[in-house]
Amino acid sequence: MTTSKQPIIDIQDLVTYYGSRKVLDGINLKIFPGETLTILGRSGCGKSTLLRHIIGLSKPTGGRIFIKAQDITTLSEEDMLPIRRKIGMLFQGGALFNSMTVGDNVALPLREHTELEDSTIKIMTRMKLDQVGLAGFEDFLPSQLSGGMKKRAALARAIAMDPDILFCDEPSAGLDPIVAVGIDNLILKLKKAFRMTIVIVTHELESVYLIADRVALLDEGKIIALGTVDELKNSDNPKVQQFFRRIPDPEKIDKDSYLKSLIGETDE
Amino acid sequence: MSQMEMKRYITQTFGSVGRQFLMYMTHVGRMVKLTKDALYWIVVAPFRGKGGIRWQSTVQQMIYIGYNSIPIVATICFFVGLIMAMQAAYQLERFGASIYVADLVGVSMTRELGPLLTAIIVAGRSGSAIAAEIGTMKVNEEIDALRTMGFNPIWFLVVPRFLALLIVLPCLSLMADVLGILGGFFLAIANLHISFIRYFNQTADALVMKDLLTGLVKTFFFATIISQVGAYQGFIVKGGAEGVGKSTTASVVTSIFLIIIADLVMTMIFYSTL
Ligand SMILES: Nc1ncnc2c1ncn2[C@@H]1O[C@H](COP(=O)(O)OP(=O)(O)O)[C@@H](O)[C@H]1O
Ligand SMILES: [Mg+2]
Repeated sequence: MTTSKQPIIDIQDLVTYYGSRKVLDGINLKIFPGETLTILGRSGCGKSTLLRHIIGLSKPTGGRIFIKAQDITTLSEEDMLPIRRKIGMLFQGGALFNSMTVGDNVALPLREHTELEDSTIKIMTRMKLDQVGLAGFEDFLPSQLSGGMKKRAALARAIAMDPDILFCDEPSAGLDPIVAVGIDNLILKLKKAFRMTIVIVTHELESVYLIADRVALLDEGKIIALGTVDELKNSDNPKVQQFFRRIPDPEKIDKDSYLKSLIGETDE
Repeated sequence: MSQMEMKRYITQTFGSVGRQFLMYMTHVGRMVKLTKDALYWIVVAPFRGKGGIRWQSTVQQMIYIGYNSIPIVATICFFVGLIMAMQAAYQLERFGASIYVADLVGVSMTRELGPLLTAIIVAGRSGSAIAAEIGTMKVNEEIDALRTMGFNPIWFLVVPRFLALLIVLPCLSLMADVLGILGGFFLAIANLHISFIRYFNQTADALVMKDLLTGLVKTFFFATIISQVGAYQGFIVKGGAEGVGKSTTASVVTSIFLIIIADLVMTMIFYSTL
């Protein structure tokens, strides 16, 4: 659909090891401006690792990652700054600064990265908190918020600098279904209001149906399927079907590989 | 024990000692690198327009690390001065030389015990806090969040604590010197019937500027050790709350060890008669 445009993120042959274990195994993925891509996959398949690489928190063993046509795998931490200022990230656990109030959390990037007046920053902070439904919670500490409110506050902080690209790592994990839908709707609202490029990692099929333009299915460090929700639903790849039909793994465990896993050897 | 077993045992022992040593040296190497980076953000970066110093946070740390340590440092140093005076008086009285208690307490406090005791107390109190704070932030992905938002964690977290310690530790040490001397003085008046003026003059005569200055020079090194070891242990935390606990303990043990080594080296440099 959007193939005529230049990708805003272009990942080429990304390979990463943790120790001797291959966690990402030749990822190729183009993400286009304005689209919402969800990355789907079971626990431990490397979704968070992939996000960490795209925002440059970890350096890959091999491959390249282009953001706005700039190869970030070769950039120093300092040269990453201009790119990072246009990126928002909602971490899996929120990652709010626990020693600061919610208001200060949201205001921090504005204070340090812009020349705005204090009064302006205050207004902007209030606006961002209002957008996520947390108006009036400026003076609360993160420890005084519920799980869902923390995620909202973290989202407000992630969009404080009006980023071009927003990453969300399991935004609704660990929340009750009603709060989770609230977060999904919030992201949907942001998508419509700001035309950001959004990359969301999730387990929740409901969220995928609601938000995604395209879906990438990650399995054992590889992208095994990529396309719109309908395309994936109609795929004849058994692993894709397993995911969309919620079929559990067979109970049978291969004895050899189980023994190997016990002694710490992993095979392909 | 057969010869084979013996051999294996010896190889294993030396092997494990060697491994431990190498691991320790890599840690030290990385701590030196961290210190260099922190110094860069204090000395060089502000003049290149790459983010000034976060004074507000520095002052906050000065209060946590310095102001809040005053009671405990003062109390301990007063009592140590008192204890030292008691022990010295016991020996010196036999020679009718009780007045030299003033020399002994004054010199040992300013040269050695004031800075050393202060550093050890602050390492236990604030070095551990630094490790725990940064470690918890690491576990909560707050450090990653900082980096993603375009902040250098060393600039953001280490520099304010480092600076605060550099400012606060010499002050605390000076106070420790004074309190220690007061402890000795308290005993001299109460037990040895030496007058205030005489004790004061004796102390003033005994002390030379060098005593005070070498004591102060030490505090800058101690400040560096406490802040960098604490921060380093925080940054390398792995796992959850358990990892934070381990790193906190390690930070205290390592800082105190390095403080003593640094003190030994500096005392050798300053006062070696060789
Ligand atoms: N810092 C790390 N060191 C070693 N292994 C890691 C580290 N982080 C993640 N892993 C491993 O890499 C795999 C992928 O992790 P992750 O990307 O967090 O998975 P996901 O987010 O898809 O659940 C997991 O098996 C995990 O155990
Ligand atoms: Mg994850």
